[in-house]
Amino acid sequence: MNRSPLVNILDRPLGKGGATRSTTTTDQSVSLSSFAYLYSEMVQYHQNRVDSISELERRLEATGYSVGLRVLELLAYRAREYKRETRLMNILQFVSTTVWKSLFGKAADSLERSIDHADEFMIVDYAPITSTFVSVPSDFGGLSVDAYLSGIIAGILEGAGFPARVTAHSVSLEEGETPSSISSVVVLPPRKEKTVFLVKFAPTVLTRDNAMG
Amino acid sequence: MSSTLLFVIVGRNEPLYEAEFHKRGGAGASSDAATRQNYFVLHSALDLVEKAAWATSGMYLKVVDKVNNQHVSTFLTAGNVKLLLLHNGRSEDSIRHFFQDVYELYVKLSMNPFYRYDTPIKSTDFDTRVRAIARRYLLQS
Repeated sequence: MNRSPLVNILDRPLGKGGATRSTTTTDQSVSLSSFAYLYSEMVQYHQNRVDSISELERRLEATGYSVGLRVLELLAYRAREYKRETRLMNILQFVSTTVWKSLFGKAADSLERSIDHADEFMIVDYAPITSTFVSVPSDFGGLSVDAYLSGIIAGILEGAGFPARVTAHSVSLEEGETPSSISSVVVLPPRKEKTVFLVKFAPTVLTRDNAMG
Repeated sequence: MSSTLLFVIVGRNEPLYEAEFHKRGGAGASSDAATRQNYFVLHSALDLVEKAAWATSGMYLKVVDKVNNQHVSTFLTAGNVKLLLLHNGRSEDSIRHFFQDVYELYVKLSMNPFYRYDTPIKSTDFDTRVRAIARRYLLQS
């Protein structure tokens, strides 16, 4: 029986994540168009199987959740420091910089703390790739396909021990906010909305973090 | 009795993987009572692991519990999966290398989209490799 040499996944190297690009190793990035196609197909797949908008959002979140868990382990391993995050601000920094950089090539545009609620934080991205090529019909009532990304964030936070509820909201751009343009290869009309990922932590997380001083 | 090492991977709710390592040339499978006691010691150390987990941001927690002559060392992954080793006073270095190699193996395993996070690890390849790592680092004395 002649089989092509299948390498066991446990033998494959995990790579350095594209930070060091040598000419010999293959580039680890994927083209935006193939991701967009795959993502649109995934959204359609779920849409055909649900009855309501919130169910669709929940399914996208669930899909992102398992990605988030893996991203957490992989990025922590690749950092090679054998350190985990135990403080709230640190894990949020980890998500908005390290994770964003490795997934999208740039850090998140901002990380803010809500004034009204002590347990709410916002990660802002002006042009998340999941909704770049998706237009939501008006009768879908506020569906954000970035639910996939909020699932990823939720997976990372819960995996690290900071259970949180993460939702994605499209907010229109305020006066004076100009998003930095995405690469010049993609020519699109300027976006009118940014996406805000609202992270609401479980109360236990806040009490534990405050007790740690 | 203390020439066996017990290694357990614990997730949120249940053990995900267990392995016993015996010294080369030593006695065969240890007696039932000893095994049960070993498991008991490991699981009762879990509380201490939880406490120590939030005190430090490193992954390798060294020895968290000492019972009789046996030490429980722990390694926590970024996803709070606990790797526990029951041993009788091995060198810190060899245990740390053991944990780091098993950690790398665990990360590779979790990249598999068919492996659900926090479910028991049934892969025989994983088992073989863990035993090879154990032979390399823990049973050389």
